[in-house]
Amino acid sequence: MGLELYLALLSQPCRAVYIFAKKNGIPFKLCTTEVFKGQLQSKEFFQINMLQKIPVLKDGDFILTESSAILIYLSSKYQTADHWYPSDLQARARVHEYLGWHADCIRGTFGVPLWTQVIAPLSGAHVPEEKVERNKTAMDRALQQVENKFLGDQAFLTGQQMSLADLMAFEELMQPVAVGYDLFEGRPKLVAWHEQVEAFLGSDLFQETHGTILNILEQVVNKKFTKPSPEVYPNILLRISRIH
Amino acid sequence: MGLELYLDLLSQPCRAVYIFAKKNGIPFELRPVELLKGQHHSDAFAQVNPLRKVPALKDGDFTLAESVAILLYLSRKYEVPDHWYPQDLQARARVDEYLAWQHTALRSSCTRAMWQKMMFPVFLGEQVPPETLASTLAELDRCLQLLEDKFLKDQDFVAGPHISVADLVAITELMHPVSAGCQVFKSRPKLAAWRQRVEAEVGKDLFQEAHAAVMKVKDLPPADPATKEKLKPSVQVLLQ
Repeated sequence: MGLELYLALLSQPCRAVYIFAKKNGIPFKLCTTEVFKGQLQSKEFFQINMLQKIPVLKDGDFILTESSAILIYLSSKYQTADHWYPSDLQARARVHEYLGWHADCIRGTFGVPLWTQVIAPLSGAHVPEEKVERNKTAMDRALQQVENKFLGDQAFLTGQQMSLADLMAFEELMQPVAVGYDLFEGRPKLVAWHEQVEAFLGSDLFQETHGTILNILEQVVNKKFTKPSPEVYPNILLRISRIH
Repeated sequence: MGLELYLDLLSQPCRAVYIFAKKNGIPFELRPVELLKGQHHSDAFAQVNPLRKVPALKDGDFTLAESVAILLYLSRKYEVPDHWYPQDLQARARVDEYLAWQHTALRSSCTRAMWQKMMFPVFLGEQVPPETLASTLAELDRCLQLLEDKFLKDQDFVAGPHISVADLVAITELMHPVSAGCQVFKSRPKLAAWRQRVEAEVGKDLFQEAHAAVMKVKDLPPADPATKEKLKPSVQVLLQ
């Protein structure tokens, strides 16, 4: 049994892993995980990951969670081009520096609009306007740091070449973009970076990866988006209550 | 100028970096940054870390933020024993997995538990609603259970049979609610045994030295009005 990746393309870290594997020609079996049908809460999935989360990598008997760990594992095992996870001491440190800050300021922040604009209404939950506003402020502040501290004069977040950091960031930012937020107004550096990453991925891979997330609003309007099944509701409501 | 480490031992990630550097005999200049005095907001410190957080590292012209980045940089540059951050693909992945998980899970609940139980009421004189504290402690409990069930399991250490940077990051986090009086280890014999092992590996003296400041925080006098004003805006988020 070869490499298996448990993913759902609605999820930002899943997309980062998917793109990385595809872009680098890493052979894998895509195990699409139906999040809204309660697959993460199933007994079978619990055997794969007791944290009931995706992405998950299964390489024979070896199971690995956490997208950054998965990306680093894949880059080492399949010996991908150096720029993804540079062997140079300082260049590599910059990637970890970004990933650390990303965990604090990007993850958990940029995913919120999908919850407040799409999932909450679908689930009959309401998110107070002040939380929506607080989230916008947090995203604003984070994007300022992205431009000033990380991009600076560089083409990419951790240097002049694309790395794992750029994939992680790009996918998180895609989430609010998909629900109609304009993250780019007045941010020319961010626009340039975004275009560079998109160009690097290529339009086929871009379409393939982002079809689901970019069509989400349309699906909801046309009632084509699967309403979450009952067993998922407690998790959804818990997640929504954690929005601060 | 050699390696400089900008630290406040009141901070969990700073303690992990401190213990790691000392344990491995890495020579460095300690540059104290007092968080409770707002020193991390100074313009001088922003030159070292524009993100205005500790820990931060300065190695000649190279500045670096984020504790995991710093730990991995030091482990590679100073060629520390392999077990701290193993070369083996799968062994290293286990460390990476823990370091990633803890950042968005355990870290948050340990910081909030310590601040809501102790810093807000005692130091800042601000009451924390009982439901908020209860919810935080429940979340801490949940994370501790995951630490035991998903990571530690039947192993001696968090990422495998040997101590690694994952254990340093974990133990320094857990000492945060401990400093506020939370009985983290009392009802969890597995975690208590692991703590003993980590302390033994690190060395009791070094462990106590790293934790001296945070263990004394409960005895700090209440902050003066000026300090309260300075700190309150940035710590409000810890009430949520």
